[in-house]
This record gives sequence, structure tokens and C-alpha cells, in this order.
Amino acid sequence: MRHIRTLLPIAVALLLAACGSGDQEGTPETLKLITHDSFAASVDDATFSAFTADTGIEVEVIAAGDAGALVNQAVLTRDNPLADVLFGVDDTFLSRALGNEIFRPYESRHIEMVDEALRDADSRVTPIDFGDVCFNYDKNWFEDARLEVPDDLDDLRADDYAPYVTVEHPATSSPGLAFMLATIDVFGEDAWLDWWRDMKEAGVHVVPDWDTAYYNDFTRYGGASSIVVSYASSPPAEVIFSEEPLDEAPTGVIEAGCYRQIEYAGVLEGTAYPESAGELIDFLLSVEFQETVPLTWFVFPANREADLPQEFVDHTIIPENPTRFSANEIDENRERWINEWIAVMEG
Amino acid sequence: MRRIRWGWASVAAVPALFIGYFFAYPLVRILALGLSELSIGASGLEARLLRVGWFTLWQAVVSTILTFLVAAPLTWAVSSHEFRGRRLAMALVTVPFVLPTVVVGTAFVSLGWRDSIGAILAAHVFFNVAVVVRTVSTLWSRIDPRLHEAARVLGASEWQVFRRITLPLLRPAIAAAASIVFLFTFTSFGIVLILGGLRYATLEVEIFRQAVNLFDLPLAATLAIVQLVGVSAALYFYSRYQERTASEWTLESGSNLSRPKGIARFGVAAATIGTLAVLAIPLSVLIRRSMSGSFYPSLLETDRVVGTPVSAVWNSLVFASVAMVLATVVGVMASAVITGRSGQLSRWFDLTLMLPLGTSAVTIGFGFIVALDWPVDLRATIWLIPIAHALVAVPFVVRTTVPTLRSVPREVREAASVLGASPLRVWREIDLPIVSRATLVGAAFAFVISLGEFGATSFIARPNTATIPTMIFRLLSRPGETSFGMAMAMSVVLAVITAGVVLAIDRARVGELGAF
Repeated sequence: MRHIRTLLPIAVALLLAACGSGDQEGTPETLKLITHDSFAASVDDATFSAFTADTGIEVEVIAAGDAGALVNQAVLTRDNPLADVLFGVDDTFLSRALGNEIFRPYESRHIEMVDEALRDADSRVTPIDFGDVCFNYDKNWFEDARLEVPDDLDDLRADDYAPYVTVEHPATSSPGLAFMLATIDVFGEDAWLDWWRDMKEAGVHVVPDWDTAYYNDFTRYGGASSIVVSYASSPPAEVIFSEEPLDEAPTGVIEAGCYRQIEYAGVLEGTAYPESAGELIDFLLSVEFQETVPLTWFVFPANREADLPQEFVDHTIIPENPTRFSANEIDENRERWINEWIAVMEG
Repeated sequence: MRRIRWGWASVAAVPALFIGYFFAYPLVRILALGLSELSIGASGLEARLLRVGWFTLWQAVVSTILTFLVAAPLTWAVSSHEFRGRRLAMALVTVPFVLPTVVVGTAFVSLGWRDSIGAILAAHVFFNVAVVVRTVSTLWSRIDPRLHEAARVLGASEWQVFRRITLPLLRPAIAAAASIVFLFTFTSFGIVLILGGLRYATLEVEIFRQAVNLFDLPLAATLAIVQLVGVSAALYFYSRYQERTASEWTLESGSNLSRPKGIARFGVAAATIGTLAVLAIPLSVLIRRSMSGSFYPSLLETDRVVGTPVSAVWNSLVFASVAMVLATVVGVMASAVITGRSGQLSRWFDLTLMLPLGTSAVTIGFGFIVALDWPVDLRATIWLIPIAHALVAVPFVVRTTVPTLRSVPREVREAASVLGASPLRVWREIDLPIVSRATLVGAAFAFVISLGEFGATSFIARPNTATIPTMIFRLLSRPGETSFGMAMAMSVVLAVITAGVVLAIDRARVGELGAF
């Protein structure tokens, strides 16, 4: 009984606190930002210090698994959101978020600094960064094998290449899904499965996720594939995180079959502080924050006024014509495409 | 009598509330949400379900049998013999159990073991040998040696003694270990994805694909229910079996280890060195890779992308301590409840406690975020991490405690009661001393489970606090030699901490025993 007497007031106080924070406008002490693990991984005390200095608001970061799990959690908690702002939904999952109306429209005051092509027409979400999913190849391997680096997806069907190609599974990996979409764009709805059929015949390798592809199968890390689906920004990362200083990236990017993934942020419907949440979005899109994006998350800033760091520019390739699909197109077809892909590749 | 019943109920309340609020309630909420939109008769669903379900079942059965075969020699060696390095061997064998699947997967792949059912089974054995060795040897080492001596005097051969006396007495522990290994492999996820190529999928893999990538909650919920039914059925048979075979006999409170003599010396040496050597093959890959640059010093430096890796060690130790305390308190109370009464109620209680081990991580993770905002919003608080770990660890405490508790002869308790001891006093003076040893094994498991746990916590929304496994994952998700090397070094650190903790707990056990 004694315990109940001490616990009850605490419980009541907690309940009151929970209810009290209901609908009050004004400035909160803390804003919650929910995001995927790979963004959360690189957040430290300095990340939001400028924002806190300006507004007096602390930012609490909540990690919620990968991009898919993040969006699903936001949809499942729409009526009582876990946070005020969500960052990290990419275009392959955007339709799921928009279809379930989890965002409250907000137009950032920096939106004019973003290319029109990256923006959402209805301002439901704000683009923060983009990156290209592309084939990477091992330069040393190609030199030793005296082979030309293929510059076309069609070339890869050849026995010289296909057995040395590793891709990620579109149902378990976000770059895997992005690359699958790229092949649909390149070959068209009629012919894309033929390409995959040929690749399967010739011995292409499929793995569940990016780290398996890169660290197990890539010849650079002792694997047997000289071409793997990765990012256009992987070569600069190889230079920055190399054991010995390097002048040139040991890996290169094949510009054919690239897919542009855009990552967005949005104010979550149901936040008690829509105004402050909007300010946080403005901060994410500010030049100051955007300039830290390349070397922290290895993606490109959406704000074109942000300067790119030299070491990033030196080793990065921005593909000229990457694929993109509209959120609606992906939403309508994602499941069917994946199932067709599975039928061919696992059948 | 009335007083005892009330006592039983109040002891039962703690584990019942814990499991009810942190497991059953979120599970029911998320499944209800999924099933509310169920469209029955999706095309091809039945055929696919059958295929995936069948594979899930048979690979789990085969993995369990293989794990026992591999673990048997070492279990024998450490159960009846005292030898130099025995405790170290027990600690080392626990290491594979906590390594993140992605790290072990990497090691297996680099050895060329992949894209085959053989690789999956080998990895399952690698992970679970510790469960068998530790669970079974705890009971084995305490069988009264007089039984053995008497049988020998009466003319039985060593083999006959083993088959007719030791093995029947060990049945509860064997069943306990088998149930845990079965559940672990039945819900295998990372290993099947990484080592199975495209050909193999367990229900767990399928639930992940449906729930996370395709967001087909009705289908995911259906699959989760199929998985739960399978797990429950297996557990039901197990608990019937355990009740039937539990025998009461006087366990020694200390262990009965003797120095091996004659040919047994070679046997013990071969079993210990052989098993450790096999387990060391994948581990040596990690160690070699972690040494191919100056990656260990880098763990101490602040990295602009992932922070200071070594800080994750502290976080992990804190979470693991909290999870261990939670799991031990809940688990011991639950064990007392389960053994305090026989019959349906306690059987179902036992079964429910085991379920989290056989429930998919995605289901629990999504269940947490739809359910735990009432009465206090616990979602996205730091508490959820040790709670999720404890949920998975409680079954270990229960499974190691219950067989020992069951073996306490009823007459001893009754005699104490007759002599005027209160139920609490009977528990403290009779059960607790006998059980503390087994419970410590469970507590050690709880600690290392928390150290290595990644699955469930990767699906719950949580504050941005890195544990050792999340740090390894962070390092492995960016390109570059140092990222990879540091991830390997971090894995070795995890292995060393695990071995150290287990060694320390095993030592503490001896101290404790000396006290009574």
C-alpha cells in the first residue's frame, strides 16, 4: 500500500503533464524530430546548436529504424504522433506518407533556393537533400582484368560482366528498390523484366541489403563482384574514410541506371507547435545546415546556395540524367513491380 | 491456505503485469489494427504461406538437433569435470551468442559459406551452442554423484549410467535448451537473409518484407498470427513434456566436479579444444580484419559521422544492467509462480512468458508505438530499450530457474511449513539457495542478450542513444576501409566484454555459494 501512495501522485502528475501539453501554442522547450537511423547516427550536440541559440528550443532526435520503418511508424501514430517533425522520407516511400495524410503543409521561407524539380507542388513536404543510387565499380579490378568499364545497362548482360554484378533485393533494401525503378525507366514496362531475366541467366548476384553487397561482395572488400549497386557519393567516402591517404577514389560510378532519391522533411499533423516545427524545417534547409550535409550524410544539399566541400566535389559524380518517378506512379505500381521482379528472380 | 493463495496471486501480479502491458497488450493492438482491414483469400497466399511455413519449421527442427550434436561433447566435459580453463571455456562459448547477425554473416560469407541451407544451419549452430552448454551443464554438474557410484557398483557400464540415469534426469534442462534454440531459429531473420541467398525465407523474413517494405499490415498480421500459433504449439508440447518428466531428487547445492582421470582426460581436452576451435573459425575472421589497420585507436576518437564509438560501450553496459535486473526480478517471480502450482493456469502462464522469444521483432516494435501511449506516453522514451531487452531475456531466467526449482522435493517445503515457516521464509531458506545458482546463469544470459540485441530495438522509436550493436550497424552502413575496420574492431570489443562479463558472473556464483 505504501508504494501505491507514493506512486499515485507521480502517475497523476505525469498524466496531467501529458494532457496539459495538448493544444497550447507558443514556444516549446523541446521539439522532437523523428528520423531514420542513418541520419540519427550522425547527429551530435553541435548539429542543432545554432537552431537552439536562435530560438531557445532544444531538439530531441528520435531514431526509428530504416526509412520504411520510419514512415510506417509515422502512419501508425498519426493520431498521436511521436514527434513534431519528421525527416528522412524518400521518394520511394513518400506516397505512403502523403496517402495517409501524416503531414501538415508548410512552405519554407528558403524554398526559393531549391530547384523546382525537387519540390513538392503542394508544399506538404520540403526537400532537404538528394543522392543518386548508381552502380559502383572497382577500378583496380577493371585494370587487372583489362576490361572496359561498361557505360550502358545493356552491356552488363554479357558474360564478361553479369557474373560480377551484385544488386540489392528491392523488397528489403532501399537502394535495391531504387535501382529496380531505374531499370523500369531505362527499358520501359515491356522490356525491363527481360533484362533481369538475362542478368539472372548470366549469373547476377542478389543480396538483401547494402552492407552485404558492399562489404561482402564488392571486390574492393575481398568479394567476387566488381560492380555493385551503391551511391554516387560512395567514392568520396572511400577517400575520406581510407586507412592510407588517397589521391584518387579507388572506386568509380557508372552513370547509366542511376536513380535519384530525394529526402524530405515535413511537419507532422497533430503537433502542438506547428510554428516552431516550421522553424526547424527552415533550419534544415538553411545554408548553414545544408553545408554540413555532404560530409556528414554523403548526400547533396537541396539548397543550391550551399557550397560543396572540395573533397566532396573532387571525387563525386553527379549523373546527368538520373531516373525519377512521381510519388503517385510509385504508389500505384510498387507492389506489382516488386512481385513481378520476385517472380522472375526467385522463380 | 488462504494466505498462501493471496501470496501466490501477489507474486504472480508482477510478471503478469509486465508481460501483459509490455507484450500482450501491444501485440493485440497491432494485430487487431492489421486484421481490421483483412481481405481473405488473397491470391496465391496459401501456397506461399505453406512454403514459407514449412521451411521455417523444418530448418528450426534441424538446427536444434544439430546444435545439440555439436554442443554435446563440450557439455559433457564441463558438466562433470574440473580442469584448468574450464570457466574460460564456458565464457568463450558464450561469445558467438551475442555477436550481431550482420557481423557473423560477414564472417561466414568471407569464408565462402553462403547461399545454401548448410550455411544457414551452420550459423544457427554457431549462435546457439552456448544455450545448450550452459543450460544443460548447470543441471548436470549437480546430479548427486552417489547415484552414479551406486549404479557403477551394481555393475552398470558408463554408457548405461548415462542412458538410464543421467539422461533421464537431464530431460528438463535438455527440453528447456531445445525450446529456446527452437524459438531462436524458428524466428531467424538476419542469418536467413544474408546467408540464404534468394531461395530461403522464414516467416520472420516474410513478416518484415510485408510490414516494413510493402506495408501490407493485414498480410503481415496474418503471418504473425501463423508464427504465433506455431510457436505456441511448440511451447505447449514442451511444457506438457517438462511437467511429465520433471523429477524430484536432491540436487547438490555445490557442483560435483572431479578432475578427469585416464582416458577421460583426453576426452575432456578433445571436446573443449575441438568445440572452441570450430567456433573460433568465424571469430578469427573478425579478429584478423579488425587488425588490418589501426582501427582500435580510432574507436576512441570522435568521428564526425558516428560520434565516439567507445561511448556506445558505456550505454550498452547501462542498458544491459537495467535489463538484467528487470529480467531477473520478473523471471524469478514468474518461476516461483509456475512451480508453485501445477495445472492449466500455470502452464499457460509459462507459455505466455516464452512467447516474446518467438514473436517477430517488427510486430513487437510496431505494437509498442501503437499501444504504449497510455496511461503514460512511454513510446520513444529511453526505458523502452531495456524493457524490450528484458522481454526477450525473461524466458532465459525462467528456463534456467524452473527445472531446478521443480527438483526441490515437496516434502522439504512441507516439512518447513509444518515447522512453522511462513511461505516467504520457506522460499528464502529453501528455494532461493538452491535456485540462485541457476538464476545467475539466466541473469548472465539476460545481460549478454541485452548487450547483443539489435532486432527488436531497431524497430522501436527510441532516443538517439547508440549501443554497441547499433554503433556497429552505423559503421557498417557507410563506405570506406576505416568504417569497415572499426565495425570489426567494435565487434571484437563486444566479444571481449561478453567473455569478461560471463567470466565475472560465473566467479560471483562461486562466492555466493560459499555463503551458505
